[in-house]
Amino acid sequence: MRTARRRRTGAAVALVSTALLLTAACGSSDDSDGGGGSADAGSCQPAGKPVTLTFTSWVPGMQATVDLWNKNNPDIQVDYKEVVGGNQGTYQAYSNQIKAGKTPDVGMIEFDNLPSFRLQDGLTNVGGCQPVQDAEGKYVDWAISQTSFGEDGAVYGIPMDIGPMAIYYRKDLFDKAGIPVPTTWDEYYDAAKKIKAEGGVIGDFPTDQPAWFTSLAWQNGARWFSVDDDSWTVSLDDDATQQVADYWQKLIDEDLVDTIPGLGDPQWKALDSGQEWSIIGAAWTTKLLESSAPKTAGKWAVAPMPQWTAGDNAAGNWGGSTAVVFKDSKYPYEASEFATWAFSNLDALALNNKNGGQYPATTEGQEQLPALTEGLPYYGDQKVWEVFAQAAAGVDPSFQWGPTMTDTYAALADGIGKAVNGQGTLDDALTAAQAKTIETMKAQSLTVSD
Amino acid sequence: MSTLQRTRLRDRPIPVIATTLFMVVCTAYFLLPLWWMVVASSTTRGGLTDTSLWFHGQFELWTNIRNVVTYQDHVYVRWVVNSAFYATVGALVGTLFASMAGYALAKYVFPGREAVFNVILAGVLVPATALALPLFLMFSKVDLTDSVWSILLPSIVSPFGVYLSRIYAAAAVPDELLEAARMDGAGEFRAFFTISLRLMGPALVTIFLFQFVTIWNNYLLPLVMLQNTKLYPVTLGLATWNSQKAIAGNLQLYVVVGALLSIIPLMIAFLALQRFWQSGLSEGGVKS
Repeated sequence: MRTARRRRTGAAVALVSTALLLTAACGSSDDSDGGGGSADAGSCQPAGKPVTLTFTSWVPGMQATVDLWNKNNPDIQVDYKEVVGGNQGTYQAYSNQIKAGKTPDVGMIEFDNLPSFRLQDGLTNVGGCQPVQDAEGKYVDWAISQTSFGEDGAVYGIPMDIGPMAIYYRKDLFDKAGIPVPTTWDEYYDAAKKIKAEGGVIGDFPTDQPAWFTSLAWQNGARWFSVDDDSWTVSLDDDATQQVADYWQKLIDEDLVDTIPGLGDPQWKALDSGQEWSIIGAAWTTKLLESSAPKTAGKWAVAPMPQWTAGDNAAGNWGGSTAVVFKDSKYPYEASEFATWAFSNLDALALNNKNGGQYPATTEGQEQLPALTEGLPYYGDQKVWEVFAQAAAGVDPSFQWGPTMTDTYAALADGIGKAVNGQGTLDDALTAAQAKTIETMKAQSLTVSD
Repeated sequence: MSTLQRTRLRDRPIPVIATTLFMVVCTAYFLLPLWWMVVASSTTRGGLTDTSLWFHGQFELWTNIRNVVTYQDHVYVRWVVNSAFYATVGALVGTLFASMAGYALAKYVFPGREAVFNVILAGVLVPATALALPLFLMFSKVDLTDSVWSILLPSIVSPFGVYLSRIYAAAAVPDELLEAARMDGAGEFRAFFTISLRLMGPALVTIFLFQFVTIWNNYLLPLVMLQNTKLYPVTLGLATWNSQKAIAGNLQLYVVVGALLSIIPLMIAFLALQRFWQSGLSEGGVKS
């Protein structure tokens, strides 16, 4: 982990200076107070008095976790506020609150949106806080390193949950048709052809889930963003991503996959009716599939994601989020103490998993949570979590998110939508998303090298 | 059916039938989504994926409603009450202010009158979206974010209401009547509240309804201002459920049922007030 960080120290400097530049350029609103916020290790001290923190998230049932904390920590009370999903409006609200200096102390931000808030200079570096230093080692390497932006020792968000990926498949149908479960993408293609001959389809290429496509590119070692000195390099159309795009283009052209919106009722219906035989999903898909495709209970199983090179253990990661301490928090020490507890303590993780379906970002949680060591009846009593723990270990730690993912995703989704309708190809979608991303970044006064 | 209509039907059957048919199609078109909500709200979670437009499987509407209402300690009821409070108070006060301003602009001549009116008119063109952030910054300066006031205060402003009041007051309140009132010794406020306000009735109902619906449906303002779940209006509340449906699967159904329930107060408001509306509109038509 340390080496991975040091490698990207240069990137950090760039990010920080750009962030400052941006704040200056916006002539941002007056600072409400001088205290809190600053990132030095020395400044993260306990308040030495009882404090009340605010915490916002949109994880179902998070109140229960907060209640448990409040019961045991009378001096650090947490006031929990449930808000709408990040992209449904909470990210916008955070941005406003940052401008007004009215943020909560702790807030939920998904990994892919973290850089954008870092650039708004809205986050506290809690890397110097004792509770974070104590807990840091528990987290999966790549999850915690994604929150450092390459700064040595920096932590801008405590990983809440992660979404390592695997393939969910209808074991009964695969067995009956005598089709082996694909372990490589080549085998996936062969299986798709055989399943088509059986009258089904192997799965869906979701037209509205750019993050899903991103995680497939991530699995293949794509590097969409990197920062060097003062400038960003954007390569959405790098070789690894193009290989993924060309592969799926082939499946789409040969009509071997559905092209319907993902994670919605149409897809659940296709999965529950036996039309689609598999879905490439994340750890959090486990419960979702179970509740959304109830008729096929007991017929599903989970296997590692197909590989580009036979014998590898490369997995993508889809989703996942962090708990950040906002810059305006006056109590970064207490805030990070709460956040690390809520997302690494086993009792807390058990609650988060039970109520919120969260897959823990700590190795300890993945291996020891009672709920994650049991076989699941819906999956024929398979211990599916072992597959995800293995996947979590196989996620490429070098993938970095860009600062304008909302626009990147929008452009990508737009291009994918066109491609599945026969207007252009997935390659064109990458080219368009690449251009749009660079344009948006330049509009935000970021330096982008060509 | 009146004699007049009957004659028309006999004389020109084709246009009348065509018009009626067209209206029927339009009505069906507009009611279809509503109907879908009723059907979808009556099924089970699994039935939601069936896109059929008729009741299928067990009829679960009442169970679903009970589940929605009792979920998370009756939080849904709280949201509806909040919405009703914001919309009623906001629309009442907003209508009063708008009518006063519009009346003043229509009936008093003072320097800068047109300038004031034009500024207000320009306000009609500014989308609420553009105002959300500045409003948030202003409210946070005075520490009123995340409070009832942060929703109520912006809601009582209605530039469109002022515009409508002015136009309507200019046409419906005769200057002679006001002069007579003044001669009889009525003050300006008395003249406004006892005479003008009544004459402006239909306009007031229109403004009230517009404002009521706008506040009821408002999403962006509460989203920006509120973090306390207990203060949420029903729009924002349903959106929180919607963003959790990926994990808490039942919420997918609850959102549909909750949305259906949330439009009932709007329907009541419309049906209860349209009486005044119609009488007002025809009043102008048969002026002797």
